[in-house]
Formats: sequence, C-alpha cells, structure tokens
Amino acid sequence: MPKPILSKNFGKKNAHSLGVYIQDGGYEAMKKALTEMKPEQIIQEVDKSGLKGRGGAGFPVGKKWSFIPKEAPKPKYLVINADEGEPGTYKDRPIMECDPHAVVEGAIITCFAVGIHWAGIYVRGEYVKSIERLEGAINEAYAKGYLGKNILGMGFDLDMVVHRGAGAYICGEETGLLESFEGKKGQPRMKPPFPAIVGLFQGPTVINNVESIAAIPHIVKNGGEWFNGLGAPGIGGGVKLFPVSGHVKKPGIYELPMGTPLREIIYKHAGGIRGDKKLKAVIPGGASAPVLKPEEIDVPMEYANLAKIGSMMGSGAVIVMDEDTDLVKTLRVLMCFYAHESCGKCTPCREGTGWMAKIIKRIEKGEGESADLDTIVSIANGIRGRTLCPLGDAAVGPALSFVTKFRQEFEDYIKVGAG
Amino acid sequence: MPTLTIDDQQVTVDQGTTILDAAKKLGISIPHFCYHPRLTKVDACRMCLVEVKDAPKLVTSCSNAVRDNMVVFTGTPKVEEARKSILEFILINHPLDCPICDKAGECKLQDYYFRHSRQPSRFKDYKVKKHKVVDLGATMVLDSERCVVCSRCVRFCKEVAGEENLGIFNRGDHSEIGTYPGKKIEHNYQGNLADICPVGALTAKDFRFKCRSWLLCKVDTICPGCSNGCNAVVHFTLRSFDGIKGQRVFRLTPRENNDVNKIWLCDVGRWGYSFIDSIDRLTTPALKKGEDFVKSDWDTVLRETASGLKTVVERYGPSAIGVIPSPHLTNEDLYALKCLFSCVLKVTNIDFKLPGLDKGEGDKLLLKADRHPNTRGAELLGLSGTGLSAEAMMEKVKTGEIKALYLVGSDPVKYIGEKAEEALSRAELLIFQGTNFNASCKLAHVILPGATFVEKEGTFTNYQGRLQRINKALEPLGEAQADWEIFTRLGKRLGSYPSYKYAEEVFKDMAREVAPFTGLSYQKIGPQGIKLTLPEGKS
Repeated sequence: MPKPILSKNFGKKNAHSLGVYIQDGGYEAMKKALTEMKPEQIIQEVDKSGLKGRGGAGFPVGKKWSFIPKEAPKPKYLVINADEGEPGTYKDRPIMECDPHAVVEGAIITCFAVGIHWAGIYVRGEYVKSIERLEGAINEAYAKGYLGKNILGMGFDLDMVVHRGAGAYICGEETGLLESFEGKKGQPRMKPPFPAIVGLFQGPTVINNVESIAAIPHIVKNGGEWFNGLGAPGIGGGVKLFPVSGHVKKPGIYELPMGTPLREIIYKHAGGIRGDKKLKAVIPGGASAPVLKPEEIDVPMEYANLAKIGSMMGSGAVIVMDEDTDLVKTLRVLMCFYAHESCGKCTPCREGTGWMAKIIKRIEKGEGESADLDTIVSIANGIRGRTLCPLGDAAVGPALSFVTKFRQEFEDYIKVGAG
Repeated sequence: MPTLTIDDQQVTVDQGTTILDAAKKLGISIPHFCYHPRLTKVDACRMCLVEVKDAPKLVTSCSNAVRDNMVVFTGTPKVEEARKSILEFILINHPLDCPICDKAGECKLQDYYFRHSRQPSRFKDYKVKKHKVVDLGATMVLDSERCVVCSRCVRFCKEVAGEENLGIFNRGDHSEIGTYPGKKIEHNYQGNLADICPVGALTAKDFRFKCRSWLLCKVDTICPGCSNGCNAVVHFTLRSFDGIKGQRVFRLTPRENNDVNKIWLCDVGRWGYSFIDSIDRLTTPALKKGEDFVKSDWDTVLRETASGLKTVVERYGPSAIGVIPSPHLTNEDLYALKCLFSCVLKVTNIDFKLPGLDKGEGDKLLLKADRHPNTRGAELLGLSGTGLSAEAMMEKVKTGEIKALYLVGSDPVKYIGEKAEEALSRAELLIFQGTNFNASCKLAHVILPGATFVEKEGTFTNYQGRLQRINKALEPLGEAQADWEIFTRLGKRLGSYPSYKYAEEVFKDMAREVAPFTGLSYQKIGPQGIKLTLPEGKS
C-alpha cells in the first residue's frame, strides 16, 4: 500500500491546525506555485495529473480551468463545492474537518493558476464542524499572510470566505449552488452559458469539488505525472477516496488508486460482507449511480469502465447490500429522496420523481399493480435526458436499474403483497 | 446569418435566433409553456424539445440558438413521444376541472393535450393537494393545482412590472406560486398575468365564471383608457344569455404592437370597459320636461336641437354658441363635428381642452397621465384655440353672452366644478351628446345618446402621433348612434352637409382636408396603425 495522500491527516491529532499542517510540509506547494511556477505551468501539471472532478461529473480539472477567459469584464471566482449531499458520500467532510488547510492551500494555488482573487467555499449546512474548521483555517491563513493582500510578497491577492448552505441536495448541482450562493432560491440555471463564462455574480467561475481542490497541492508538489501514476496501471488519474457503507465488515473511507476493482474494495479493503452473507447488490458511486449485480463487481472503479457497464463513478461512494436487503424498500427510500429534493423547476423531474415515489410506496404497501413496473420504466425514460440539470437523470439511475435488474423481487411484492 | 433546415425546409435567420423562433418564421409552431417572447428564458417546462441531427439528446428549442447547417426535426416520433411524456407529467397533478375552468377553450395545456397526446391517464395515486382560490391582490385569483410552474407570472412581475412580490415556494411537485408574506400584487399590470398564464392558474376576478371563452367574439380595437393607444382586442358576446345578463363586453386583452404596447395592457385601461354596458348608459334620445328627462325619439330631438341652434345663430350670431367635445371621440366624430359647427354654423368657440384633462397619474410603462385616447387627434383637427377656451365659455354662459352650449361626451362639471355647474344651469340651451350619464348631462335640456368605442368604426391618434383604427364590434346600445352619424343627421337639417353613411367616408374627406392625414386610408392604416407625418415641433 502506498502512503495515503488525501487521507493522511484523517484521525491525526490537531492536523487541522496551521502549525501541524506546516510541520508536515504544508503550504510548500503554495510557495512552489507562487514563487517558482507560472500559472500556465500549474494548469499543465494538473492536466498531466489526469485529475477528474471528484464531485461526480468527472470532468478533467485542468480542462475546466482552461475554459476561464483570461480577460473578463467581471471579476473571476473560485467556488468550492462542499455541499456533499449525494447519499452514501462522506469523503469531503473528513477532508474539511481534519485537513482544512489542504483545501485552503489548494484554493490559493487554483486561484493563482487561473487568475482569481476571490474564493468561496459552499459548505453543506449540516456540516457544522467542517464550517468551523474551515473558518479556523482561513483565519490562520490570513494571519500568516497566505490569504489577503500580496501573498508571499508576490503581488498576488486572494480573499476566501465560507458560505453555509441551508440543506438542499440541488445546491450541490453547480448552477443551483451559484444561485444559492447569490442568496437566491437554489435552482439550476439554464446552460449555456456555462459557469466558466457566466457564473457567480455573472463572473467567470471555476467550480471544483473539495476532494479535487485538496489534491492540487500534492499535484503541484510532486508533479502531475506522479499523481497520474498513482492510478491503477493503464488507467491512471491518481488516487481517490472511496466511502464504503452498507453491509460490509469495515465500512469507512478508503484512499485507493483510481481503477481499483470494486470487488477488491468490498472484499479486501472493507473486509467483505457482514456475517459472510451473500452479496445482493452494490451501488458503486453514490445513490444516483445505477445499481450493480454481484456478477458485475469486477469492474475497475473508474469513470469510463463504469460507464461501459451502464453505471457511473459519481462520487465513488460504494453502498453494499447483502442478500437480506429488501430492494423495494431501498428503492422507496431513494425515490422519496429524489422526490423530496427535486427543486421543481423543470417538468419531468418535478412531476416524474414524485410519481415514481408514489408508485413505489404503493408497491411497498402491497397495493402494487402489474402495470406499475412498466409505468416506472416509462416514467424514468420520460425523465432521462430531458431535464434541466442532472438531478432528473440521478433519479432515473436507481429507478431503472433496480426495476430492470431485480424485476422479480418487485413482481413478488406486487403478486404476494408486502413482505 | 446562419441557414438551417427545419422539417426539410430551409430558413436563414439572424445570428442568435433560437430554433423556436426560426421555426416560427417557417410557420412551424413548437409547443411551449415557460417560454414567452417578452420575458427571460428559464428552460423549465421542457415542452419545446426538438430533435437536432447529431445531438445526443433532444434539445430545448426555446433556448438553443441555431447554427449554420443545423438540421432540426420538430415532429419525429421521438419528439412526439417527449411531448406526450411532458404533458402526462403535467397532467398527473393537474385537476381535470376544465368544465369549470375559465381558461378552458384558450388553455395551452388543453390545446396541446388534444394536439399531441390524447392518451388516458395512467396515474393511479393521489394528486398533490395545493392551495386553491388564493387571493393575490385586488384583481387576481390563483389556483395552485392548475399551475404548471412555468414561472411566467413571476418573471412578468419582476421583469416587466418591476415588482417582486410573487415567487415560487416549496420544492418538487409541491412547488407553488405565491406572494411573499404580508405582500400582495399591487402593480397596474396584473391583468396581463391572466393573459400569459398558459393555464387557468391565474384568473382575473373581473372575468371569473362570467362567460366561456369560446362564446366570446373578438374584434381588434384600441384601448381608450389613455393617450398611449394600446392595441387591444375586445371580447364580447352577441347573445345576452351567453354570460351575465345585460353584459355584452367581457374583457379587453392586449394585442401585440411593438411600437406601442409591446404585448401588454395596463389595468386602468383593461378594466375601464364597464361603462359600455353600465346602467348609466344613455340609450334613448331624451328631452327635459320640468325637472325630469322624458324619453323621446331621434326625429324630435334632432328637430329640437337643430331649431334651437338655428334660433341662437339667427338671433345672436355664431359666437353665442359654445362647443366642448371630448378627446374620447374618434377623429371621424371630431371631423364631422368640426364640419357642422365650424363650416356650417361658423361657430368659433370650440374647445376640447377642459382644464385638468391630462392630469391623471401615469407610469413609466404604458399608462399616460392624459386619460383620453384622441387628444392628439383633437389637436391636429384644430379643436382648440379657434375661439374662447372651454373655461372662458363657462364665464360667457354665466353672463349670458353664450346662449347655447353643446357638450359632446365632455363633462365640464367634473373638470371645472361648481363654476361650471352654475354656468351650465344658466344656459338657455344645453345639449348633451354622449354615452353615459354624468354631472353635466344632468343639467342638459336635450340628450343625444352616442355610441361607445366598440360600437363604431373610427380612428384615434395616440400621443406619439400614431393613427390607429377601432372597429365596430357591437351595435350601439338601445337607440344610440355614432357621434359622426348624429352630426351628419343634424348637419342635413342645418344646411349643406355631406350625407355620410360610413365612418370611412368621413375619414376620406378628412384625409383630403386635414394635412397630417393626407393620402391615408383605412387600408393604409392597417392593423398596427401608422405614424403620421407631423408638422415640425409636433412629433
């Protein structure tokens, strides 16, 4: 096992304080970036690192930065998405709680590379400790002169603030987040224009996930090729945090090479199924990722490989379900989640998520009808690819995969009634 | 300029044109709810999805700009399936109360369902309960269950009316329109909300439950509410049993005219139509007998009026007659009036400018302080400044120098007050010609009932000098007649006067005689009006 990078400070005493962070080599990357590197060089290194957005969409980070216009009439912004709300996902929280300076340092480097002078981090409202730790880290960084005017005497200015969300899944969607950040109701915007051109307060905006930003200092310090090499052979893309939950012996966050097979994550790192029961289903990348059957878990945990088998990498959150799991109840929980969190702006998501939730609730109660499953499939197809933002597709993922891959279980509920 | 193909037809449009607008140019209409040409785009309803060649997914035609060589299909099975699906989504929580919904017959959801879906409902669960009969302010009522959350109303209030009292509350299928706590919609453009609401979620209190939309006839008109001359459509019924007894006109809706009112109408104008069928309408010619008015007939009153005027002219000369017309009258009415008084009777004391005519409260959008549709026309026809002012006439009536006063739709008592009341009561002959009873009419000796703007043909000249037509929708109530018609009949009794049969004949003469109208005809004015070439300093 290589030494952990992103999770090296998890559980380490006082790692969140500036002193401990610096002792451990913290802010060296920032110094290197600001004093030795040109912005373009930093972007090149990030490009080489193969780092893809860790929030779920998996868009190459370096490429995203390069979309920001050099000259813009409005100020440019960095917004860090810390609205970690994808069910099953709990990887950003320990970064913010145990390693907040990595986020601050990553933000400083990012802003220097893209030419930004104002960074905001939008944190999920329930993450009280994360907010405290981030605010603490930002204050320490200001006191040390790492934030504010003329950082390291290099003539580079940067201000950074924490913005607390109010508890809406949709605010994790980048344009919904921007609306909320501006003080409006969190609802996705029409795209185009994309945030890189018209983002926060109409200015060009980089939006990156916490885990992506926290990886930046390591990439700058050790080089893009080094980071890329940390990924599985032939796959690359560095390391990633995999939060594993559900019926495993050792649920937790595992920092592993990108492309680690799902089977290895479940059986080797997470210790296998609790009580040595049989595996029934796995959601590989947070609730929105289509569910996998046991015979599909040899897939490498990586964007393209998961897409190939009809699922997705998402946030990398692995949810494991053993043979005793009631998938009707599970899907009901998921569908109620999406119906509750749909912002209501566009028709298919607003109406479709609620309708699917109602049907699955009825099936769970033992009042399902034989046509219901086909109706769910057709509702899901009516939502898929037709919504304003990815939330609709996110609801479709579990709905379609559960009902098609485990159809018999649903039919049994309809025929026999509730368990 | 990009050239693209939509449904096998080629079209070239300006850079930045949306697919929806490009299709419109070809006469292809793409269904939509949230898109409105005068509001910002939100891309929310997803009803306007179309297929674009080589695009991985269907795209929203309202928000995506065309590209050169783009190939678009608006009616493929894939597109039709998407429309069906969107309509099904909207309908699962929509109450099927079309039989009692005021929007039925002009509802986008109803129309699209019949055009694109016609499938029975597959929804077996409970619909979401939302608020009904929500009072949003003085004029509008909301039924949230009918709402399709297109947000047109919210955007209209914010972007056009400049008032942010309306918002969308809650999330998902519980999303609901509403006013912020303690707020109501207060602006002067509320009626437009009912127009732009694609369904029956927002209805105007004024129209609710009064008449089915399909029973209403529609005729283009001009709002007479102020000098802006907003293009409008009058909705009326020809059969008394279709709606409310005695009510023929049910509403005024805006008609698009980019140069005048965009596509809006203000509430002052929109809901100012009630005088047409109101109880104080003058419907028969009448003569005063003692303290009371006694119904008469046209022959009698015209004879009385003509002989009265003739006597005054013969005994005291034309300066003993004063005429105060209202700028509510059409150019045709005013021209016919001018011919009669100025040419035939040689009267010079003609003045429409009662003090304070233009002292209403205007706003920045449409409503003008001058609440008369044809002030500019009256000015161009020279119906002021030729003799005594209206105010001076009052003095002369009081001193007895003016014996006969002819009021055409005007109300000196309203604008001048007691002084006018005193003067009018001293006039030897007070003739009132108009549509509705008023304080000045009360003092008249002769009443000649006139037609309202929906009961006659004619033209108004708005404050910009734009000449626009009004059309006859209804026969004048009772025995009322168009003012130009009354003047024609009077004219014949008083001297040599053209025998006009149609307002258009009056217009033709006016176009020959009065400079700014030279060369114009009803045909040339067209449905959108025409800007007059005005003498310098008058534009």
